[in-house]
Amino acid sequence: MGDHRATPPAVLTALLTLLAALLALAAVGAVRASRTAGVVHAGTAAVCGGFCAVAVLALVLPAAPALALPFGPFWGPSMVALDGLSAWFLLILGLSGGASSLAALGYGGGAMPARLLVPWPLFLAAMALTLAAADAFTLLLGFEAMSLASWALVAAEHDRAENRRAARLYLVFAIFAAACLIPVVGLLAIGPEAVGFAALRETPPEGLRATLILGLVLAGAGAKAGLVPFHAWLPLAHPAAPSHVSAVMSGAMTKVALYVMARVLFDLCGPAQPLWWGAPLLALGAASALLGALRANMEEDSKVLLACSTIENIGLIVMAMGLVLAFRGADLAPLAALAAGAALLHALNHGVFKTLLFLGAGAVLHAALTRRLDSMGGLIRPMPWTAAAVMVGAGAAAALPPLSGFASEWLLLQSLLAGWRTGALGFQITVAAATAIAALSAALAAAAMVRFVGMAFLGRPRTPRAAGASEHPGAERIALVGLAALTVAFGILPAPLLDLAAGGVRLLSGGAGRPVMAALGLAAGDGAARLWPAGVFLLLALIAGAVVVALRARGARGFTTGPAWACGFMAPPPHLPFGDPLTQPSAAGLAQPLRRMLGGALLGAEERVTMPDPGDPRAATIATCAEDPAFPYLLAPLARLRDALAGTAERLRDLSIRQCLMLSFSLLIAMLALVAVLERG
Amino acid sequence: MLGNLAYDIAHLLGGGVLLISFMLLYQRRLAAVINAFAMQGVLVALAAAWQGIAQGEPGLFLTAAIAFAAKAVAIPLALRLVLKRLDLEGSAEPALGIGATMIGGVMLVALAILVVLPATAGAHALAREDLALALSVVLLGMLMMISRRNAIAQVIGLMGVENGLLLAAIGAAGMPLVVELSTAALVLMLAVVAAVIALLMRERLQSLDTQALHRHRGEQG
Repeated sequence: MGDHRATPPAVLTALLTLLAALLALAAVGAVRASRTAGVVHAGTAAVCGGFCAVAVLALVLPAAPALALPFGPFWGPSMVALDGLSAWFLLILGLSGGASSLAALGYGGGAMPARLLVPWPLFLAAMALTLAAADAFTLLLGFEAMSLASWALVAAEHDRAENRRAARLYLVFAIFAAACLIPVVGLLAIGPEAVGFAALRETPPEGLRATLILGLVLAGAGAKAGLVPFHAWLPLAHPAAPSHVSAVMSGAMTKVALYVMARVLFDLCGPAQPLWWGAPLLALGAASALLGALRANMEEDSKVLLACSTIENIGLIVMAMGLVLAFRGADLAPLAALAAGAALLHALNHGVFKTLLFLGAGAVLHAALTRRLDSMGGLIRPMPWTAAAVMVGAGAAAALPPLSGFASEWLLLQSLLAGWRTGALGFQITVAAATAIAALSAALAAAAMVRFVGMAFLGRPRTPRAAGASEHPGAERIALVGLAALTVAFGILPAPLLDLAAGGVRLLSGGAGRPVMAALGLAAGDGAARLWPAGVFLLLALIAGAVVVALRARGARGFTTGPAWACGFMAPPPHLPFGDPLTQPSAAGLAQPLRRMLGGALLGAEERVTMPDPGDPRAATIATCAEDPAFPYLLAPLARLRDALAGTAERLRDLSIRQCLMLSFSLLIAMLALVAVLERG
Repeated sequence: MLGNLAYDIAHLLGGGVLLISFMLLYQRRLAAVINAFAMQGVLVALAAAWQGIAQGEPGLFLTAAIAFAAKAVAIPLALRLVLKRLDLEGSAEPALGIGATMIGGVMLVALAILVVLPATAGAHALAREDLALALSVVLLGMLMMISRRNAIAQVIGLMGVENGLLLAAIGAAGMPLVVELSTAALVLMLAVVAAVIALLMRERLQSLDTQALHRHRGEQG
């Protein structure tokens, strides 16, 4: 435990004040929900701005000792602290939450029900509490409050059956995560018999206990982060929640789960863990990256697509974390720092660009009243600001230089390519496979983003509603443009960001080293590859400028329209004002090549062609289906097991009084016998 | 010298309670079961009084008086009245055989000793053995509850459990009086409820066999 008499550091006091403000905002939302939507969202936006400021201050200033709160569980006060790792994730939360609150302010108007307004500040406060916690109890308290508040938000629009199903599944996974994480705290606290992080750090677990903790944390935090095979809730819950909520769930909540994973595995489990600890993280991360990216190419709902892309990015971050563990186990501190930099930077970048994409999808949903890609098209003309911002975000998700996604994925690939230096043959082979999968996932993600942007914003409107869409000016546009600007800036300036993250990198990589950096650039090691994003940006700007100049100089003045052959894409005929739908690709059609190549093996995708007999005037049809393997291989067996257990338990209800008594008597005897045996041994 | 005597007498009384628990297990005739239960009540009351002398705790005399009044006099008398009203004075009902009872009971006692003695290492010897005896009495009472089918015998099993708890409570020095008083009050309430249920069962179902209740449950699985 820290020094209780230390003067409360101003930064932590400010953080606690912000938490209290969020609680007050929840109360405001409850009181007069119909009129206070603006107040609540403006308030949460301001508080999230405060989170950013607190996080940056905590990253810049030297770490303050943990602050003991005047309340807590009965065995001791709750502790809060901010170090390099938690402050970094608080920055992600502040950016994502602030932009989402602004967007909600934009499209909320005045009418939002209390069931949305009350959990929203609580959700943000719970995430901040999880990050600020300096003892395991407060950490769990924040994490579970986060689960509960986000469940309330997912279930907010419960008048639709699919939303109810999503909320139920979400709750099941939240309970599963709790059932895994609570025993972790018990296992950690066996030695020190205290739950403060400082006390837990002093007696790191070893052997079987450590392995058990690794498995439980991977399952518990992984279920919240959307790690395969515990990702089934994610593509269902994100579309069910309102857009600003799904933006924060994807941008910040999954990162909070990763923070918990990092905190327990990298910090509380001590520095001396074996090399193989990295392997499960690497394998699960690779599986998530591949499955998420592939599913993002198949989905026909914009928010499901983005949720699947989140699974992919979480996979990439977890792969980087696995590499950190392996490099730590092999005593390769500089490489561990490189991978840790990749993980932290990608967490921040994904937090920003995925929030941007979800808010963009929300803007489209409000303007065109649809999430189906097949009902969109041509939105770049009525919604130019949204389209430009979403294209920046999609470019970052596709890892295009000089946007933010490129810098962090470059670092990840560099650390993957250095994986052979761990020296263990089995791990080297794993890393080689993971490298190939990471590259494939990055390419698939790019394809998914091309499909998303192309279907939504390019081409011709597919429905009247899409043709009549219009953009909302105001707070929503500010949020989108701000996030897009951040995405560009983070892409050009990764080195200063890594400087800011140095504390977190040091904590993850085990105390020593930080990523090697050139001025304003990144380097994967001495004499290894270097990246100078500002140079890339200048080069691209130079090329673009040269093209513009050349076109100006040599191209025709003005423009003329003339007949052109456009691959059968003709101007809309008078009887079809939106054009012939068959001349534009559909979402399923764009997905077909990848579905045929990879979908069959990984997603069980099938195509059924119904060809009428010759002479039959009916049209031929093609039906496709694909299913996430989590449903048939994980959830269906679990459901069968539940039914079997329930059937068995049902039989217990039919016992007579004496049999009931006998049951409890035998249980008592068995437990007494157990006590007797344990006392012997 | 007195320390040894206190220990021996407390042990003797506790052992007597345990012995009667065995008797309760195999008695077939309800009247004999009630007699044995009354004897157990007397012994528990004596044990409480002796602990009052040994620990110099006047509150325990009150406990002893209540235990005697309730368990040695009032409850056995009430149960006898019920028997008379139901015309069951001479009736017998199945119980476990002596051999099986003895084997099962001895195993339970052994288990109780195995659990209690190592768990209380370091405590006062008297408290340790008292606790082992008390746990044995509790377990034997429970065994009686599940081996009997007659409602009155089952109630006596439950009160045997309570006797064991009381034995444990008086053995522990410093146990507040209110605990013992409230358990005594509880047991009286229990006796009243049990008598009412027995009378009602007899009236409605023409039987005191609790298996008969099974057919009348509200919901069937």
